[in-house]
Amino acid sequence: MAAGAHEAHGHHEENFVSKYIFSHDHKMISKQFLLTAIFMGVVAMLLSILFRIQLGWPEESSDFLHAFLGDRWAPDGILDRNMYLGLVTMHGTIMVFFLLTGGLSGTFSNLLIPLQLGARDMASGFLNMLSYWMFFLSSAIMIASLLIETGPAMAGWTIYPPLSALPQAMPGSGLGMTMWLVSMAIFIASSLIGSLNYIVTVLNLRTKGMHMTRMPLTVWAFFVTAVLGVLSFPVLFSAALLLLMDRLMGTSFFLSDIIVGGEMLDNTGGSPLLFQHLFWFLGHPEVYIVLLPALGLSSEIISTNARKPIFGYRAMIGSILAIGFLSFIVWGHHMFITGMNPFLGSVFVFTTLLIAIPSAVKVFNYLTTLWKGSIVYTPGMLFAIGLVSTFITGGVTGIILADSALDIAVHDTYFVVAHFHVVMGLSAVFGMFAGVYHWFPKMYGRMMNTRLGYIHFWTTIVSGYGVFFPMHFVGIAGAPRRYYDYSVYEGFDANQFELIVELNVVISIFAILGGLAQIIFLYNFFYSIYRGPVAVQNPWKSNTLEWTTPVEHIHGNWPGELPEVHRWPYDYSKPGADSDFIPQTVPLADGEEEH
Amino acid sequence: MKFIALIVIVLGIIAVAQLMRVYELTSKLRNRKEEEIELRDNKMNANLMLLFMFVFFGSFLWMVARYGNGGNPVAASVEGVGYDNLMALNMVIIIFVFFLTNGLLFFFAYKYYKRPGVKAYWYPHNNKLELLWTVVPSIVLAVIIILGLRNWNERTSASGEDAIRVELYSKQFDWTVRYAGEDNVLGKFDYKLINGNNPLGIATTATIANRVVEMDSTIKALEARINNPENVFSVEAFAKMKKDLASKERIYQRLVQLKNLHNQEDDVYAYDDIVKPSNTKLILCVGKEYEFTFRAEDIIHSAFFPHFRAQMNTVPGMVTRLKFTPSITTKEMRKNLNDDNFSYILMCNKICGASHSNMKLYVEVLDEAEYNEWWKAEIAENTFKN
Repeated sequence: MAAGAHEAHGHHEENFVSKYIFSHDHKMISKQFLLTAIFMGVVAMLLSILFRIQLGWPEESSDFLHAFLGDRWAPDGILDRNMYLGLVTMHGTIMVFFLLTGGLSGTFSNLLIPLQLGARDMASGFLNMLSYWMFFLSSAIMIASLLIETGPAMAGWTIYPPLSALPQAMPGSGLGMTMWLVSMAIFIASSLIGSLNYIVTVLNLRTKGMHMTRMPLTVWAFFVTAVLGVLSFPVLFSAALLLLMDRLMGTSFFLSDIIVGGEMLDNTGGSPLLFQHLFWFLGHPEVYIVLLPALGLSSEIISTNARKPIFGYRAMIGSILAIGFLSFIVWGHHMFITGMNPFLGSVFVFTTLLIAIPSAVKVFNYLTTLWKGSIVYTPGMLFAIGLVSTFITGGVTGIILADSALDIAVHDTYFVVAHFHVVMGLSAVFGMFAGVYHWFPKMYGRMMNTRLGYIHFWTTIVSGYGVFFPMHFVGIAGAPRRYYDYSVYEGFDANQFELIVELNVVISIFAILGGLAQIIFLYNFFYSIYRGPVAVQNPWKSNTLEWTTPVEHIHGNWPGELPEVHRWPYDYSKPGADSDFIPQTVPLADGEEEH
Repeated sequence: MKFIALIVIVLGIIAVAQLMRVYELTSKLRNRKEEEIELRDNKMNANLMLLFMFVFFGSFLWMVARYGNGGNPVAASVEGVGYDNLMALNMVIIIFVFFLTNGLLFFFAYKYYKRPGVKAYWYPHNNKLELLWTVVPSIVLAVIIILGLRNWNERTSASGEDAIRVELYSKQFDWTVRYAGEDNVLGKFDYKLINGNNPLGIATTATIANRVVEMDSTIKALEARINNPENVFSVEAFAKMKKDLASKERIYQRLVQLKNLHNQEDDVYAYDDIVKPSNTKLILCVGKEYEFTFRAEDIIHSAFFPHFRAQMNTVPGMVTRLKFTPSITTKEMRKNLNDDNFSYILMCNKICGASHSNMKLYVEVLDEAEYNEWWKAEIAENTFKN
C-alpha cells in the first residue's frame, strides 16, 4: 500500500519492497496492520448487515443479499439457513480476532511501544515483520473460506465440537472448518510472535529515565495484553490442534457416544466439555486482550484532552494488572449450564464478580479525570468518552451474567449478545477509532478532518446504542441467539413474537445506518492520507515521547540522541508551570515534585 | 426504489466530498487548523453530550415502559419466582449504577469543556477516594455474590426423593421424552443399542441380545459385499468400507462386553418406562418437583424452558440434569394472559445446525386430576415392555 507516499524522501536508501511490503520498521508495520484490520472490519461489518437484513425482514426477498451471496447462498434473495450461521460465525471470528486482537494490538502496540518508550524500533524488527505477514496470511485464508462451495465455518465463533468436528452435522464443518482452524493456528503464531516482541521491547528498550512507573498507561495496557496473549493463546492452539486431529485422524478428544446422520461413530471416552475449557481458557483473557489496549488508548487520550493528569495513575496500573490476573481464573462463567459441576460454577461466580472491582476503579478514575477538566473535543476525545460510556453500560450487565443463578435463563440469549457487543465490541471499536483519530498525525503526518470526525462519532454512538440497547430486551424476552428467525414464537406466544419482530426491525435499521456511518470514516481516513493538512509535530499538546519525533518518519525514530525522560507523562495543568503541559523530556524544575 | 436509494447514497457521498472541499478552502482562507479545536466546536460537542444523555436515558425509560420484561409471562415454576426476584434486585442495582455513572460522565463532559482562561484542576490522586470506590463496590458485590450463590445452590442441589424423573433426549432437530413409569426409575441405556425399534437405546437383556445379533449380521453382510469378487469398487469406496467394517467390529466387541456386564435384574426399571415418539409434547403435573436428565445423540443442544426460567445443555457422551417445580397450569396461564393459543415451550438454545431455530418441544402443565387420568392411560398402554 502506497499509504505513506509523502515519505518518499526517506533518510535511508530503500527500495519499494523493503520499505512498503517486507518492512522491518515498526511504524510501517503498524500501518500495515491498520489497513488490513480496516479491510477485515469492513468485511465483518458487511457480513453482520447481511444477517441483520435476514433478522429484520425474515421472509422478504432481498436483492442486496442476492447480490452478495448469489444463487448458491441466497436463492431468490432469501438467505440460506446454513449460510446464516456461516455469516454469524465469520462475523464473530473476524471481529474478535482479526479486527480487535490483531488489528488493535498490531496497530497500536507496534506504533506506540517504541515511540512512547523512546526506543529506536521493536526488539526484533524481523519477527515483527513475520508477525504481520502471518497475520496477513491467516486473514487471507479466513476470507478465502467465505468463498468455498460448502461455505465457511458455521458452528459459531466458539466452534464447539462435536458440531465443528462432524462434517455430517452441517456443511460448514467440512472444508470451511478446516480452513478456519488452519487460519487460526497461523493467527495464533502471529499473535505470539508479536506479543513476545512487545514484552521484550517494554522490558528492555525503555530509554533513560523511563521507569516502569513513568510509562504511559497505553504501554502498560499493551504490555499486560501481550502477557495475557502469550499465556493464553497457546491453549487455544492446542485446542485447535486436538480438534484438527479429531477431524482428520480419528482421535476422540472431544467425541464420545455419537450417532450423526444415521451413522454410529465408534469414538468413545472424549469430552466436548474439555474443548470448552480449553477454548474459554483463552476465550476469557481474549476479552481483555481486546479491551485493555482500548482502555489504555482512552486513558492517554482522556488525560491529554481533559488537560488533566489521569486520576489515580498507580491505581490504574494496579487495576490493569488485577484485571489481567483475574481474567485467567474466570473462564468457567461461560459454562455455568453446560453440565459443569455446579460447585465449580460457584467458584467462577466469585472470581468473575471480583473483576467488577478493578473495572469500577477504572470507571471512577475516568470520571474523576474529567471532573473539573478543561476538555478539548477532538474526535479522538469524543470516542474515548464514548468508550467510557459503553464500558459502563456493557459492564453492568456483566454482573447479571456472571451470577450463575441469573445466567440460567439469559444464557445464550440476546442478553448475552447485547452485553458483549456493548462492553467489548463497541468499547474496543471506540477505543480503536479514538486511537486512529488521535495518532493519525503520527502515522501519516497529516490531519484528519475534525468536522467529519464529529459527524462520524455522533452517528456511530447513536447507531451503536441503537443496535445493541434494544437487544437487552430481546434477550430478557428469552430469544435465543443464532436463530435464523423467530417464527417458533408464533406457535406459543403471539404477543412475544410481535415484540421480538418489532425490536428486530429497529435493530436492523440502526445496524444499516451504523454501517453507512462508517463510510464517513473511511472517506475521511483515505482522503486525509493523501490530502489532509500537514500535521505539526505535537498537534494535541501532549507530553509523551512520540510527539518529540519528527513528523516525517525516519528509521530509528529520533534523528539524534534518544530522548531522556525526567517525569511521568501526565503533567497537564500542573500548578506553577507556564504551559498547561510539560513533556516527559523536560527536567524537573528546582523544588518541583514529581506528581 | 432500490435504484433511488443507491442514487441517494452516491449523491450523499459526493455532497460530503464537496462540503469537505468547501470546508478545506475556507479553513485555508481563515487560517484555521485541524488541531486547534475552536470554542464553538467544544461548546457544541459539550451540549450534544448533555442532549445525548437525555435522549439515551429517555429512550431507556421509554423502552422499559414499552418492553418491560420482554413480554415474559410471570414465572411458571417455584424456582422461577425466586429467579425473578433475584433478577429484579440485581436489575435495580445495575440500573442505579448505570444512571449514576453514565449521568456523571455525560454531565462532566457537558460542564467542563475548555473555556478560554480556565485551567484544569490539578488532581492526580486521592487515596481516600480510591479506597472508597474500591470498598463500596466490594460490599455491593459481596451482597450480590452471597444472594446469587444461595439461589444457585438451591437450584442445583439434588432433588427430593419423590421428584418425578423424566428424560429428555435431543438430536438434530427434535426432542424425545421418556417418563420413568410407575417405579419412577429410568431404565439403563447405551447409545450402541439405538436402532429403529429402540430410538433411545434403552438397555434390557432383550434389546442387547437383539442388537448383538443385528450387528453381527450387518458385519457379515458388509464382509460378504467386500469379499464378493463380482463387486468392483473405487479405491475410495473400498477404503471407506474397510474403515466402516473396522468401526463396526469395534462396536460389536463393545456390545458383547455390554451383554456380559448387563445385570438382568435392571430390566424391570426399563420395562415400565414410557418412550413417546419424538416431538410429542412433554406433559407435567403442577406442583410436583421434576428431575430432568438430558442426553444428546449427535451434538450439543440446550434445553431452554424460558417460562420456567430453567436451562441445561445436553451433551453427547454425558448425562446432564436439571430440576424445577411447575407452579401454574397451562390453562391458568392461558386465562391470565387472555391468550388461548399460549403454550409453554422447550427451545433448543445451543447452535446445532440449519434448523436450530425450529428445534422445539411443546410443554403442557396439567392439574393433578387431569394429570392422573393421562398417566393412567399411558401406564396401561405405552410402557416400553409393551
